Amino acid sequence: MHIIESGNVAAASGVKLAKVQVVAAYPITPQTPLTEKLSEFVDGGEMDAQYIPVESEHSAMAVCIAASSTGSRTFTATSANGLLYMNEQLHWAAGARLPIVMCVVNRGIGAPWTVWNDHQDAISQRDTGWIQIYCCDHQQIIDTVLHAFYLAETVNVPVMVCYDGYILSHTYMPFDIPEQKDVDRFLPPFTPAYALCPEKPANLNTVTLPDIRPDIRGDMAPGYMEIRHNLHMDMRAAIDVVADIDQKFKDIFGRGGHPFIEPYRCEDADFVAICLGSLSYHLRDVVDILREEGIPVGVMGLRLYRPFPNQAVRDALSGRKGVVVFEKALSYGNQGALYADIKSALYTADNRPTIHNYILGLGGREIKTHHLEKALRASCTKPDTIGDTPEWIGLKM
Amino acid sequence: MKTVIQKPPFACRKSHSEPGPGDGGRTGSWRVKRPVIDLEKCIPAKRNKPACFTCWLFCPDAVISRTIPPTINYEYCKGCEICAEECPAGAITMVDETLFIIEETQEEK
Amino acid sequence: MTTQSTAQTTILNLPEDELVHPGNRACSGCGLSIIYRIGLKALGRDTILVVPPSCLTVLQGLYPIAATQLPCLNVTFASTAAAATGVLGALRAQKNETTTVAAWAGDGGTSDIGLQALSGACERGENFIFICYDNEAYMNTGVQRSGTTPQGVITTTTPFSGKAQKKKDVPSIIAAHGIPYVATASASYPLDLFDKIVKAKTIQGPKYLHAHTPCPAGWGFDPRYSVKLGKLAVETGLFDLYEIENQTFRLTGASKKLIGKKRKPVREYFKTQSRFKALNDEQIESVQKEIDAKWEEYARMEQC
Repeated sequence: MHIIESGNVAAASGVKLAKVQVVAAYPITPQTPLTEKLSEFVDGGEMDAQYIPVESEHSAMAVCIAASSTGSRTFTATSANGLLYMNEQLHWAAGARLPIVMCVVNRGIGAPWTVWNDHQDAISQRDTGWIQIYCCDHQQIIDTVLHAFYLAETVNVPVMVCYDGYILSHTYMPFDIPEQKDVDRFLPPFTPAYALCPEKPANLNTVTLPDIRPDIRGDMAPGYMEIRHNLHMDMRAAIDVVADIDQKFKDIFGRGGHPFIEPYRCEDADFVAICLGSLSYHLRDVVDILREEGIPVGVMGLRLYRPFPNQAVRDALSGRKGVVVFEKALSYGNQGALYADIKSALYTADNRPTIHNYILGLGGREIKTHHLEKALRASCTKPDTIGDTPEWIGLKM
Repeated sequence: MKTVIQKPPFACRKSHSEPGPGDGGRTGSWRVKRPVIDLEKCIPAKRNKPACFTCWLFCPDAVISRTIPPTINYEYCKGCEICAEECPAGAITMVDETLFIIEETQEEK
Repeated sequence: MTTQSTAQTTILNLPEDELVHPGNRACSGCGLSIIYRIGLKALGRDTILVVPPSCLTVLQGLYPIAATQLPCLNVTFASTAAAATGVLGALRAQKNETTTVAAWAGDGGTSDIGLQALSGACERGENFIFICYDNEAYMNTGVQRSGTTPQGVITTTTPFSGKAQKKKDVPSIIAAHGIPYVATASASYPLDLFDKIVKAKTIQGPKYLHAHTPCPAGWGFDPRYSVKLGKLAVETGLFDLYEIENQTFRLTGASKKLIGKKRKPVREYFKTQSRFKALNDEQIESVQKEIDAKWEEYARMEQC
């Protein structure tokens, strides 16, 4: 069914279709309309779920961790400082290998307070052991929520579905809401390997020692380091699963085909702009303008940020003349986090392109097309004039 | 076309503990003194019927049996002495653990 | 018996089934060990536990061996009551209305870092039993002051002159949420604790139990006196056994029997533990006056 609605409603519709059993949430702008919609679904009887209005984001993730450990499909959503307040819980959820799905409606973080969009919230949580997928439009939001449950429950790693606050969360766009029967064909019910139950008592997340230790049968059990190594290996293996799920989704719904990177006019492009989220669609307009001038440039939207699809990035970018990374977040005192990741992926490439980093749009600073155009044109035409330090776009003072 | 989702061998390792005794090892080795029950004084032993069991009730480590007479699991008894302190009949005395070690060594010889 | 709530259970009909394995890592003479062992008997096998970092984390065993025979979720320090909420949410989603969900947290995990989540869960009316074992300091990390450390007590963060502030009255804070059942208990009165937990299981909504658990290492006394000192805390009127059921307060068990009787002087309790050695006569007198006033109020309430 095609409707015109907000990005938050697209996310809520995905959660409903996924037949989530436990939702816990705490309101924070710009996530609020998503959780309001879910409470409306539950209270109105459209969705058979437990909606738990907790007293903090820390508790929201606590509810998800516990409900998932008890064998239910769980969901929460947050933004900005709410996500940061969850920090220890995010590490906990990943270390406990719980397939929780969370929408992160990207917003800048304080201080000073800002309610507007950038990516510093999710980027600052990149090392928590969560899978991070970024969406470029409303259709991707609803589809990615469905992917996310499948992915999380296959690899037992929690998934963040990230989309831009306001730019996607509050704007209205047409998108297709899939039929429930098709979603049921795509997404099997949640069957955890172990759920807390009195019949099979186990103590979860107990203290580990530095070394490995025999279990009650005398067999050696993996220790903390093996558990953490396994999380890493399973996340690396998740990259292939992302591609498989994308294909299965495409088979049923006809959408997808670009699980890692969504390219635009890149086939013959010597230069490629790359970024996360809705900005890649904005950059399509810029690419069209520069193409008019004869500049062979394209743009790529990176969908999967963690685990980082190194091979896909290398395949897509090596041999180009230049790569231009636009970012709404950075690692203070160094450079953009995505920039560093892409440079790292290209280190082993045969033909390394020049690579530039632009920081923009922090705290919702308006991103002007002519600013993007100027930056991208400079990177394509005078690449040697730009160094390894991030250039800031849109600074007014 | 039907796509089969690859299921690589996701080990999904996590800290999952199963119930069993002796997680802390043979905690009896923590003991400096050993509680010894005098059956002449022990109330259920004397009456030969269920009674008292104060030692069983208060034992923090569940090493005293609710039997006639009560018995103490010395493999795990940490020697806290609560049973000796709480026994209303004064039937439990704490005996220096070294005496038993000497005894055991002599038996071995 | 005079009390309305306790003493249905005696040593002779207390369940024999042990749910805590011996050979665990709790210290010798641990007050928590007593209430945990008896408390799990009351909760029974159809229970899921939720535990934040605390001495209980150590008692429960190091991976991959568990000292507890009940399913248990270890959670982050601040999240105990929220995690219990999550277990309940999942059980409701699975149409399981029978399994008891019990959270066990220390005094720090309850009165300090865990208070927000506990308050939220009480306000939401979550159907759990929250048991705080109060050993009156952060014992697992080496005896640092907590919100429930009594005034004057020497801890590693109040090393010379003792804690300046008074003990936080957590049961009253929780009772102010208007939840159906709040009770106190002590490691020295395990049958009273047993009956209170059994009663709590029959009540719908949040139930809060605050249990006093002597700690030989943290309080500075010989482990053999754990039960004696817990009793002395009650007999001096310092720690009271009571229930607040549907907003109605009543003393229970050993505390109820103290009404109108001469209590032991608080000094007797203070002199048994090295943690009180910074208390001077004036401070002890002042505590005695407060305790006397509290008990006068109890006596007046009893007459009403």
